[in-house]
Amino acid sequence: MKAMTAEQSRVRSAARHRDGAAPAAPSRGRRQPRARRPRLPRGAQWAAWGFIAPVVGYLGLFYAYPLYRNIDLSVRSYTVTSFVSGNAPFAGFGNYAGIFESPTFAPALLNTAAFVFVSIALQFAIGLALAVFFHRNFRLSGLLRALFLVPWLLPLLVSASTWSWMLNSDSGIVNAFLQAFGIGQVDWLTSPTWSLVAVLIANIWIGIPFNLVIMYSGLQSIPVDIFEAASIDGAGGWQRFWRIAFPLLRPVSAITLLLGFVYTLKVFDIIWIMTKGGPATSSTTLAIWSYQLSFGSLLPDFSSAAAVGNVLIVIAVIFAFIYVRARHRLEST
Amino acid sequence: MHAYRKARAVGAALLAAGTIAAALTACSSSGSSAASSSSSSSSGGGTYTFWDPYPQYNATSDWANLVASCGTKAGVTVKRTPYDTTALTTQALLAAQQGKSPDILLVDNPVVSTLAKAGALTTTAQNGLSTGSIAQNILGAGVINGATFGVPIGANTLALYYNPKVLTAAHVDPATITNWASLTAALAKVKAAGKKGITFSGINTEEGSFQFLPWFWGAGANLTNLDSPQAIAALTLWTTWIKDGYAPNSVIQDTQTTAWQEFQTGDVAFAENGTWQKGLAAQMGAKVIQIPAENGGSAPVPTGGEFFTIPVQGDTSRYATSAKIVGCLSATDNIVKTDNTLNYVAPTQAGQQAQASADSSLSSWVSAVGVAKARTGDNLGTKYPVISQQMWTAAQKAESGAATPSAALAAAQAAASAALSK
Repeated sequence: MKAMTAEQSRVRSAARHRDGAAPAAPSRGRRQPRARRPRLPRGAQWAAWGFIAPVVGYLGLFYAYPLYRNIDLSVRSYTVTSFVSGNAPFAGFGNYAGIFESPTFAPALLNTAAFVFVSIALQFAIGLALAVFFHRNFRLSGLLRALFLVPWLLPLLVSASTWSWMLNSDSGIVNAFLQAFGIGQVDWLTSPTWSLVAVLIANIWIGIPFNLVIMYSGLQSIPVDIFEAASIDGAGGWQRFWRIAFPLLRPVSAITLLLGFVYTLKVFDIIWIMTKGGPATSSTTLAIWSYQLSFGSLLPDFSSAAAVGNVLIVIAVIFAFIYVRARHRLEST
Repeated sequence: MHAYRKARAVGAALLAAGTIAAALTACSSSGSSAASSSSSSSSGGGTYTFWDPYPQYNATSDWANLVASCGTKAGVTVKRTPYDTTALTTQALLAAQQGKSPDILLVDNPVVSTLAKAGALTTTAQNGLSTGSIAQNILGAGVINGATFGVPIGANTLALYYNPKVLTAAHVDPATITNWASLTAALAKVKAAGKKGITFSGINTEEGSFQFLPWFWGAGANLTNLDSPQAIAALTLWTTWIKDGYAPNSVIQDTQTTAWQEFQTGDVAFAENGTWQKGLAAQMGAKVIQIPAENGGSAPVPTGGEFFTIPVQGDTSRYATSAKIVGCLSATDNIVKTDNTLNYVAPTQAGQQAQASADSSLSSWVSAVGVAKARTGDNLGTKYPVISQQMWTAAQKAESGAATPSAALAAAQAAASAALSK
């Protein structure tokens, strides 16, 4: 179920992105101030509210209310007893203080940071490189591009299980391959030094297609005559990429990075299936920690788990604002 | 223009927050919808709801038929809903929160104390269930502060399976394995013969603690004192096996199922595993011995298996019928049949005798269950989950070499004390 929602949200936001990216490029030219809308007659105003009501209702029911409940859960001190009886005492920031002081917090935060930034950097770099490669449209490029989408189409459960088999210490194919080159056994999933690397490799592999698709469509939206003009002026392939394609891709890159950031921040399935956040806390991210707190033990600690979840949301919101500011600067130049 | 920008900023922030919130709340929202859909029938006149963790048995299975027939005998219709074991705890808590608990809940034994603490379960004094002939050590998981919160359906536990072919090839006589030293010596011989020694599940979940407990208790350690010398001895045994190559490195991530799969390859001499593998063990010709304690004798093993519980209802007159249904399900004839299907040992002496006389291979399991202890017993109750989590974390640290057994267990004891005093 978890795998499904993550997969769906990837697909959904890819679609959402495509709708959003298309007007982004032309909007650079159209910068005239908006005309003041004439005031609508009373009846039409009611109708307008009527039209907007379903969306507001939907957002309220499925986004605002769960968010409110999550915050409520995190500022009260819920035990199993008060979870059932519903009279949990107000704890303010007690749960937050508790998680910040926990010995798991620092490793979880560091692992999350490493996981997110390394994942995004490599996914984006490899995705962009492949997009440029496929932009040349050689024979069979369509087929090859389709093959690159396979990681995206596979259920996360399947790909993560397969990775964990391949990375098995004793009988995994990766170690068998390394041994053929005389490299000794690497305990990918069972040593504290390698477990984060192992889940990173799997996550990068899964994230490349998303970056490839978005960057490829971004490249296609750049008019060919710009490239031709540059060629005539004597720009080489390298210059055409760095001076034309890359700057023109900036809006698309920004949204890809933001979306990538949000998904990677909440990645749970891959890590849980491959290492369960272990050994010890060596591959525990904030998302994994939150799950462990509420569902990992026989005695759930919902309040602390909700607090960790809210920390994740705050981090995502901060980066969303950074994105918005970056776009403003981009638009005003 | 400015307002437009601001609106967009808020929109982008909401988008980011919403994606995460939706992901985080996915579990709980689907949980509550499932709870409400199945609970709507609990108020219906002659219909009693029954939740169990056996999704492997569909509506036409013997188990489902037995549940239905016990309902008919009590004059009501039983609506059975199976859940995954881990999902069932959350479901039960959510249902209790909404006041929509099922009439009968069959739940994994260490969860009983959690649900009892939540005030979601009735005691046998309230619901009238009889516990008379049930073995005390099996019933232990359901007893908290002198009150009993349910009756066991049966018990399973852990023992040491061995592959006779591998042992013969390595010139090891299983009868000589009576303590840790002789077991380790046998593992050394097996390794020298080019095979793998032992598989177990050292994973960082409850399964890891379940598998570690026979060694922990077998050394004489106590769950209230995780960093005792005995506890350190038990964890050192595991880590030495991994370090010396007697156990494959993958045990750190192995569940009981994957550890068993490694044993099934036929290259492994021993496997610490549960009663439920009995059938598959017979197929591959594997035999079973008790897990030895450090200085000889059988180590106490933890009990697994579910408990019939009767959750708190608004209408207390329902308890009598629920107790009648549970009484029928746990009657000797029925429970022996069920426990044979589940590969469990019956909780009563009469049931165990009936099982052993029908299948003599069960006798070693009956004696294993005889020395078994409830994890939440010794009046630990809901302290157990907290201790257990620290215990498996310590085991993980030591197994993977992130810390020495003594340092890992000292940290675990400190963390458990801090969490329990909160």
